[in-house]
Amino acid sequence: MSNKVYMTPNPMTPNKGQKFNPKICNGCNLCVEVCPTDVMMPNPKKKSPPIVLYPEECWFCAACIEECPRPGAITMAHPLNQNISVNWKRKETGKYFRIGMKNPPPPNNRPPSG
Amino acid sequence: MTTWNEYVEKSGTVPEWPYPIRYDKENEITADVLILGGGVAGCHASISAARKGAKVVLTETGHAKRSGSGGAGVDHWHGACTNPCSKVTPEDYTKAIMECAHGYSDGIARYIICKEGWDTLLECEEMGVQIRDVKDEFKGADFRDEETKLMFAYDYKSRHVIRVWGYNIKPCLYNEMKRLGVGIYNRVVITSLLTEGGKQGGRVEGATGVNTRTGEFYVFKSKATIITSGGATRLFSFAPEVTAAGSMANMNSAGTGHAIGWNAGAEFVLMEQTGPGRLTGFGYAPYSMGNTSNTYHGTPIVDANGKEVPWFDPYGRELKTVKERFLPSPEQKFQLGIGIGLYYYLKQYVLNDLVRDLPERIRSGEFALPLYADLTRLPELERRVIFGMMVGNEGKTRIPIYDQFTKAGFDPDKDMLQASVMLPESYQNSNFWGGNPIPHMRSLAGGGLLVDWDLRTSLEGLYAAGSAPIFGGGCHGEAHTTGRYAGRKAASYARTVGEPVIDRKQVEVEKRRIYAPLKQNKNGVGWKELNYAISRVMQDYCGKYKNERTLNLGLRLLKELKENEAATAYASNPHELGRTLECFSLITFGELVMHASLARKCSSVYLDFYRLDYPQMDPPEWEKLLPIRQEENRVKVRELPLDFNLKPPYASSYEENYKLHAK
Repeated sequence: MSNKVYMTPNPMTPNKGQKFNPKICNGCNLCVEVCPTDVMMPNPKKKSPPIVLYPEECWFCAACIEECPRPGAITMAHPLNQNISVNWKRKETGKYFRIGMKNPPPPNNRPPSG
Repeated sequence: MTTWNEYVEKSGTVPEWPYPIRYDKENEITADVLILGGGVAGCHASISAARKGAKVVLTETGHAKRSGSGGAGVDHWHGACTNPCSKVTPEDYTKAIMECAHGYSDGIARYIICKEGWDTLLECEEMGVQIRDVKDEFKGADFRDEETKLMFAYDYKSRHVIRVWGYNIKPCLYNEMKRLGVGIYNRVVITSLLTEGGKQGGRVEGATGVNTRTGEFYVFKSKATIITSGGATRLFSFAPEVTAAGSMANMNSAGTGHAIGWNAGAEFVLMEQTGPGRLTGFGYAPYSMGNTSNTYHGTPIVDANGKEVPWFDPYGRELKTVKERFLPSPEQKFQLGIGIGLYYYLKQYVLNDLVRDLPERIRSGEFALPLYADLTRLPELERRVIFGMMVGNEGKTRIPIYDQFTKAGFDPDKDMLQASVMLPESYQNSNFWGGNPIPHMRSLAGGGLLVDWDLRTSLEGLYAAGSAPIFGGGCHGEAHTTGRYAGRKAASYARTVGEPVIDRKQVEVEKRRIYAPLKQNKNGVGWKELNYAISRVMQDYCGKYKNERTLNLGLRLLKELKENEAATAYASNPHELGRTLECFSLITFGELVMHASLARKCSSVYLDFYRLDYPQMDPPEWEKLLPIRQEENRVKVRELPLDFNLKPPYASSYEENYKLHAK
């Protein structure tokens, strides 16, 4: 709990359309270039991940991830009102799951067709 | 450091705008064919025109590589009637659409779409899009043809809708455009058409635009211009923090093409037709919830106790097997797919579906919520083609749905995907991820620029193609197809005309208008608040039920916004400037819809159009089109029979007209 508190507006929503992994992202900005709605801006600090300036304009098309040459540099998550709605039930056990749950099941690694 | 807040907190400074600011810098660009809007229609038009030897310039609000409603992928291609396996002729398909629309669609666009759709898809294949099951993943499936390896959706007997691996369709088009030397101007919002002598109704000589990163100004001069812009969901439904993820169109769809066309004096039809707000963005992310429509057509739906909801054909017969869901009834010639810009389907062309009184059965307790999509009940290949091929290639599904869901552990072989929990009546439409419909947030439907057999508008030098801009536009494949057609037509026309002549006064007036928001007092309203106000006026005064007084009050309020709040709206950077200018286009679009609504003095079930002051439903004397345009800034309306495109000066059949005009 920090005692250094600032006057900041409410967090923008969606809070984070895209999450950048600074260990993988090298700030090439190809994602910035291709984004249809120009949601991201190049970081003033070179080689750093871009700044998400307009998260509410993000269409969640994932063009940024498709364009990114470094797998894992960007991950996308729908806003919470969406992820909390995506639920499934395992037929055999009747157990409930959702996107973003704690202790998620192991990933299904089957790639898409094509 | 990902968000702006984090950056500011960590660095203690507000970052400067990262692009060079070039307000007032004027660029003059010349083209044979100028294409306004870089979605799939505009990109295909560019390729088509460039292949005809034209010097092509394309403008796009975002970035043409992945922009537009079709930019994030596609999983099926409608109306590919001339494919080798198809049992549906273009004549039958067009007839079916026109019958379902009760004549309220455009046979010209519809015929072109199904006559050239397959050829257009073959061109996409040449550009690198996979359209056949080349890896034999679906060998033996009911929906696959062994010889051609084509796979079909919806109606496995008639085979006119092709499943495509279109997740990368846009980059394939983009690469071809670059290869052909198309001049691509990204990050440019178009603000007006330039006309001969600066006059409304004059020949179109070009367009103006502004760059949303640098703020520089563009004067495009062209021999031929094509409008291939998007729709305008932002007109009625605007709440981006909530809706952007759930929208089928992104923020750039602000009706620019309609606004600039209306201002230039072009003629429109059926702008009074709207639909009940099913895809307002207030539902769920596309394809993310259990449902059985469109991409998920055929998916078994079960209730909370595992009881399956039965399927029926349109004639009341229960379909006991999965196979039958994908076959037409004996009475039907073929079935039309979903999402082709049709809001009403006749029995003889409609798909098989869940039991038609599902809402009542939920209320009665026969089926207990929540419902689930139980893909495990499908044979392996059906299951995989839905979740893995369709979901995986359709727009916004490869990463946002397939990748996200599977990484989180979802396995369609084991798991049931829950459907949205909604009002019982909302389950009437099998597209459950649309959420509860919001009737007063209308969706624009069916209407657009009136075009002839060259896809030319009423203005000389101006063509139109795509989904939203033209009367009779359809879905993804249709947008490519009309784009391709208009591209070659515009290129041909460009060879017959001299250099475009720009009216300098028209440019100066426009330049002042464009830059005004940057020069206002900082207390001027911002673009988002302005957009909220525009959509409020549209919802209230142009909702499901209209009358003369409320429509005129709505026009008065839009004029109020235009002359007051919009005139003093403030933009602090080029991005906000672009969004603010889009709001000005939205106001114009709203005016067009209201004027078109005033002109139709009756109600119509087919147009989902209800006048409280003219409650008579579809009286025969009103079964016509009401082309509308501006002349010296006054609204002019005339009449056109529904089958105008089969009457003089045109030939009396689609085939004949196509033969005469299509080259």
